[in-house]
Amino acid sequence: MKNIISIANLCKTYEGGFQALKNVSLDIREGEILALLGPNGAGKTTLISVICGLVSPTSGKVSVDGFDIIDEYRRTRERIGLVPQELTLAAFDRVWDTLCFSRGLFGKKADPVYLEQLLKDLSLWDKRNNELRMLSGGMKRRVLIAKALSHQPNILFLDEPTAGVDVELRKDMWEIVSRLRESGVTIILTTHYIEEAEQIADRVGVINNGELLLVDDKANLMRELGRKQLIIDLKEPISEVPDSMTGYGLELSDHGDQLVFTYDTQGNSTGITALLQALHDAGISMKDLNTTQSSLQDIFVNLVQDKP
Amino acid sequence: MNIQAVKVIYKYEMLRTWHTLFQSIASPVLSTALYFIVFGSAIGSRIQSVDGVNYGLFIVPGLMMLSILTQSVSNASFGIFFPKFTGTVYEVMSAPISFFEILLGYVGAAATKSLIIGSIILITAAFFVDLRIDHPVWMILFLVLTCISFSLLGFIIGLWATNFEKLQIVPLLIITPLVFLGGTFYSVSMLPPLWQTITLFNPVLYLVSGFRWSFFEVSDVSVGISLGMILLFLTTCSGIVWWMFKTGYRLKQ
Repeated sequence: MKNIISIANLCKTYEGGFQALKNVSLDIREGEILALLGPNGAGKTTLISVICGLVSPTSGKVSVDGFDIIDEYRRTRERIGLVPQELTLAAFDRVWDTLCFSRGLFGKKADPVYLEQLLKDLSLWDKRNNELRMLSGGMKRRVLIAKALSHQPNILFLDEPTAGVDVELRKDMWEIVSRLRESGVTIILTTHYIEEAEQIADRVGVINNGELLLVDDKANLMRELGRKQLIIDLKEPISEVPDSMTGYGLELSDHGDQLVFTYDTQGNSTGITALLQALHDAGISMKDLNTTQSSLQDIFVNLVQDKP
Repeated sequence: MNIQAVKVIYKYEMLRTWHTLFQSIASPVLSTALYFIVFGSAIGSRIQSVDGVNYGLFIVPGLMMLSILTQSVSNASFGIFFPKFTGTVYEVMSAPISFFEILLGYVGAAATKSLIIGSIILITAAFFVDLRIDHPVWMILFLVLTCISFSLLGFIIGLWATNFEKLQIVPLLIITPLVFLGGTFYSVSMLPPLWQTITLFNPVLYLVSGFRWSFFEVSDVSVGISLGMILLFLTTCSGIVWWMFKTGYRLKQ
């Protein structure tokens, strides 16, 4: 698949000396949904801001569809739509006017038919003559999306799109994102809600302290870093793990009535059969068996904790 | 060139004026009428003429300059300060638009508004005095150059200001005193010699003087120097704006 955005050795140090991005390199594929995961202050917004032209990079190169973001900024910016994190809207503008303004800024001639459809898709058509200050937070968020899409970009950046958004709107938003993706738009979203990335992204990038810790297909990430645990409820509590089973790395619960066996899903042999046999040989009776798979949340927490 | 972007910024800024149309037109008409009543009638009855020009007529160019200078600065500064303040400037900054085009939109609109206000004042003045414009082409040239230069200055202030106080401080504490002390309502020759010399350091003097010359061929300094000064001012402001954009001053981190 073709790379639509290429970031090479990108660094950004702000005036006060804060290093927001440390040698970030990343290729974003055309048509994918990439989720950038990271805690607050990780550098997600700075990364987006550099690509969109809001922040000047200290060093490194970024190209969009083969064009350099500084030397050929017109070519790169006309391809990009940005939905910022904050609800930054001019309070007294009307929905329709602000959309026309956005479209014009990106050099596109007025197209009422397209804008009407866009507003209808975002359930904003009824509000087209409303002043922005009269809209609810959720509606404002939709207006920001409409503004970002007003010039028909083929790359869309959503910076924390679901921050402060209710469940209903969040659902709607993901439907919008899915539709956009079907129409071929590449979507890059930042979030610190792991379940969002898990639900919608094709690939996940984890960023912390300005460093890109990893980028991988979501499924790969889950598979490679995912741990599975077998939880064994015992009929009778035991005081300690029998010597014959020390090689399994079992964890015994405080009350001694549960054993937890962690195994690698990728391994040829998980060791489960041998463990169950060993339990039987040791005369330990089981009441119940459960398995759990680690979520992206666990993977993320592990990654972030490993590299403080 | 992104003509569409220049058009939408220009239109947006002009619409802002349109929304406050009454204030935009009524305010200059009222203040001009008041100046004519106070200065033209009350003081004019004691000062018959200045440099051979009827006092009421003499103050017309100064009155126009007073409004144009303050309006250009406040309009252009507010135009860029407000989106910066609310954060909506992100959209302009992430659009495929050059700094020159941004400038053209914002400063062009502010200068247009000043031109309209200048024209309104001129029309209002015609109700109080018999207008006389000896060099209309020069008059328009001075008017346009002044509107552009001071709108540029306003834009600089709008970028520089980090709060509303700073936004107001330059027009109120610098521009207005300079205009009043720049020969708006009097000829510099009416001042004591020391003050005449001090006034020569006031850049507004050159604007008012050149502008007044285009009306009545009466000036405190030669028209060439006036024109040179306004071009110098225009170049300086353009240079500062160019530097601000190049460095991303207060717009880009």
